[in-house]
Amino acid sequence: MARIVGGIGLSHVPSVGPVVDRNRTQEPAWKPLFDAYVPVREWLARMKPDVAIVVYNDHVADFTFDKYPTFALGVAETYAIGDEGFGTRPLPTVVGDEELSTHLAEALVYEHEFDLTICQELAVEHGFLVPMNLCFPHSENSWPVKAIPLQVNVIQHPLPTARRCFRLGQALRSAVESFHGDSRVVVLGTGGMSHQLQGKRFGFMNEKFDHWFMDELERDPAGLSGITHQKIMEDAGAEAVELIMWLTMRGAAHGKRVHRHYYAPMTTGMGLITFEG
Amino acid sequence: MGRQVSGPIPDTSVFDLRLSRRGRRLNRLCEALCSPKERDAFKRDEEAFMSRFRLTEAEKTLIRERDFQGLIEAGMNIYSMLKVGSATGNGLYKMGAQMRGETYEQFLATRKISGAT
Repeated sequence: MARIVGGIGLSHVPSVGPVVDRNRTQEPAWKPLFDAYVPVREWLARMKPDVAIVVYNDHVADFTFDKYPTFALGVAETYAIGDEGFGTRPLPTVVGDEELSTHLAEALVYEHEFDLTICQELAVEHGFLVPMNLCFPHSENSWPVKAIPLQVNVIQHPLPTARRCFRLGQALRSAVESFHGDSRVVVLGTGGMSHQLQGKRFGFMNEKFDHWFMDELERDPAGLSGITHQKIMEDAGAEAVELIMWLTMRGAAHGKRVHRHYYAPMTTGMGLITFEG
Repeated sequence: MGRQVSGPIPDTSVFDLRLSRRGRRLNRLCEALCSPKERDAFKRDEEAFMSRFRLTEAEKTLIRERDFQGLIEAGMNIYSMLKVGSATGNGLYKMGAQMRGETYEQFLATRKISGAT
């Protein structure tokens, strides 16, 4: 039986990409962020995941408003590195897990009645790649784990509710556990935390909210999933609604909290929280 | 079903389907900028590029004037706008400063650690 070995909630700020590509991770402004991932990478080395399911959102790169799926699951052999308008980053192609992702698609649609959009071609961008960079250092031509993208619409309202995202995580756990293989799976819930990128309120952050969200995510995720988009946007900025994807991770990852970190240097609260088992 | 979005939030735009419909032409233009060839075309002849996407005169003016707040109000999605920003030499923080009514330097001075850019 496959199993979930852990879950990670983390932010996917795009500026991290060029910092990784240009080896600037030890600069004073960036070092606190990357240092926080040293113990996380050691923990991951002990957990030995084979596959990462990355719950992320596309930022109008491969999906456009012509057709923007609420939930979309990749079932491909590989995922190309996307160009979101600033060029293609020099990263290895992401290798998927066709067998597991096909099983997940069938289990989620048939057993759990989540009617996903299924993607045979999907180019991934910073929402997916920055969390991969932070957790899984790549070599010149490969990543240390296979990965499965699970894309969520958090940019064009109506968005799925926080509760629906949490339930998707619970369904995902059950779907992983019904897989015949013996895969060890880690789930990454990405995005946020507090940030607003438009209007006069550009740059708004709320550190207190971000800490409260991490407290509740650990203590009472089912209760937290009652939060409305309005409440998140009012308290933490319009773009902070990405946080609903952390609830998908938490629906899938049950165990004890292992790491927690927070750093907010510029315009986004960059949180990190991990759960084992 | 509880109301997920129940009312206006000060100084904040909520990108819903009404706004997305309004910004349809603008967002299609931005989406094209995910291709290097199209970025070159935009930089080579912005006017022709805007006409190709059938922008209205008002929409063209907003792009010509790099009026980022105006573009948001006209329905350009913020993540779409990052692509126009990049093609015109306006990074996120420059656009943000303008939307706040500040200079880039004034905006940076409001940040905790402004080296993290």
